[in-house]
Amino acid sequence: MIEIENVRKSFGTLEVLKGIDLTVKKGEVVTVIGGSGSGKSTLLTCINGLEPIDAGRIKIDGTEVHAKSTDLNKLRSKVGIVFQQWNAFPHLTVLENVMLAPRKVLGLSKQNAEEIAVKQLTHVGLGEKLSVYPNRMSGGQQQRMAIARALAMSPEYMLFDEVTSALDPQLVGEVLDTLRMLASEGMTMICVTHEMKFAREVSDRVAFFHKGVMAEIAPPEALFGAPKDPELQKFLAATH
Amino acid sequence: MFNTALTWSDLAFLAQGAAMTLAVTAVSVAAGTLLGILFGVIRVQAGTYWSAPLTFVLDVFRSVPLLIQLVLANAFQSIAKLGWGPFTTSCVVLSLYTAAYCTEIVRGGISSVPATTRRASRSLGMTWWQDMRYIVAPLATRVSLPSWIGLALGVMKDSALVLWLGLIELLRASQILVTRLQEPLFILLICGAIYFLISFPIARLGGYLEKRWSPND
Repeated sequence: MIEIENVRKSFGTLEVLKGIDLTVKKGEVVTVIGGSGSGKSTLLTCINGLEPIDAGRIKIDGTEVHAKSTDLNKLRSKVGIVFQQWNAFPHLTVLENVMLAPRKVLGLSKQNAEEIAVKQLTHVGLGEKLSVYPNRMSGGQQQRMAIARALAMSPEYMLFDEVTSALDPQLVGEVLDTLRMLASEGMTMICVTHEMKFAREVSDRVAFFHKGVMAEIAPPEALFGAPKDPELQKFLAATH
Repeated sequence: MFNTALTWSDLAFLAQGAAMTLAVTAVSVAAGTLLGILFGVIRVQAGTYWSAPLTFVLDVFRSVPLLIQLVLANAFQSIAKLGWGPFTTSCVVLSLYTAAYCTEIVRGGISSVPATTRRASRSLGMTWWQDMRYIVAPLATRVSLPSWIGLALGVMKDSALVLWLGLIELLRASQILVTRLQEPLFILLICGAIYFLISFPIARLGGYLEKRWSPND
């Protein structure tokens, strides 16, 4: 369970998160929508401990992310994150990209790590690309590789930060299909996205962020069907 | 018909000089590179403010002509009664000189690795050290290699200046022969050819590595 309590975060004088409360239960899929600069991506990097927070608490299965005593590297193997930019390691083949962290962080044997990597890459449809270098693949394929790379750590939670925003339109579908597949397998996910149709399909709940505040959170039918927050109404009108 | 007084033993003398050039270069480039990697990482990690003293010292080594550094260092070690021979003094000065340049090369290489790539490796649970070792080091090396090869070749040629401390390296050996045989053009031609023979494999190694790594980029 991910528990976010009254989290505040500023960059300089700009407060990007103004007291966020959100609890995500095991197996739940929560999507976060909102305009750019609304703080939604920052929240994900805070959950993963990549960004410090100024106030509040984030707990993952009871472990406080930003406590000094927390082993962040250990925690991160439990919480996978995939970014807008897929960030392939360009000097490693697709297989090596996925094997690296399981070997070095989890300490798996080469054989064991390879088995897991091949399984995850096959799962996201890249079983044929194992020995290819990332730059020889399309953006969609590289992004699916990044997803496989995160999954190879056997995370219990996955965070997706606008994973289709940097892709050519014709490549968005294949990555969203991968996310749909994960959702249907019961992975606990928080997805920041601009794909409203996708949010509507896969989410258990949808959260709308506006200027650092979670203005509304509801199941997709309610949020898209009968939005209450005036800013959300404006946002939905603009995106349709 | 071409006549020369140069004998096989003179050539052996030149070869000894070349060996000295190689020895000074090898020690200095190895030590200078290790120090350069250390200083480069410190400069990146500590930030501009905290690494300012280090930057200043390295700037001195980059700005003052090598010859002056050698003469001053030799005088210093003598005054301080360190008891360093010319070989040690030469290697210490050339190592610091190499390190000063190498630091910037390393810093540039590390900075060339996108912050987002490093964030991705850290997000997978890798430690700072693992990120450095498995992601930053290989990527930075690819970027830095051409400059580093240039530095190594430069230091090899600059090492000729250690003759001022009395070391008989390749150039000094040639000078001795020129004085004795009075055949400056021929002997300098041979000396130049030996410098080339030493440099060429290093330059080719660089080219080979660049080519080997390029299909992945």
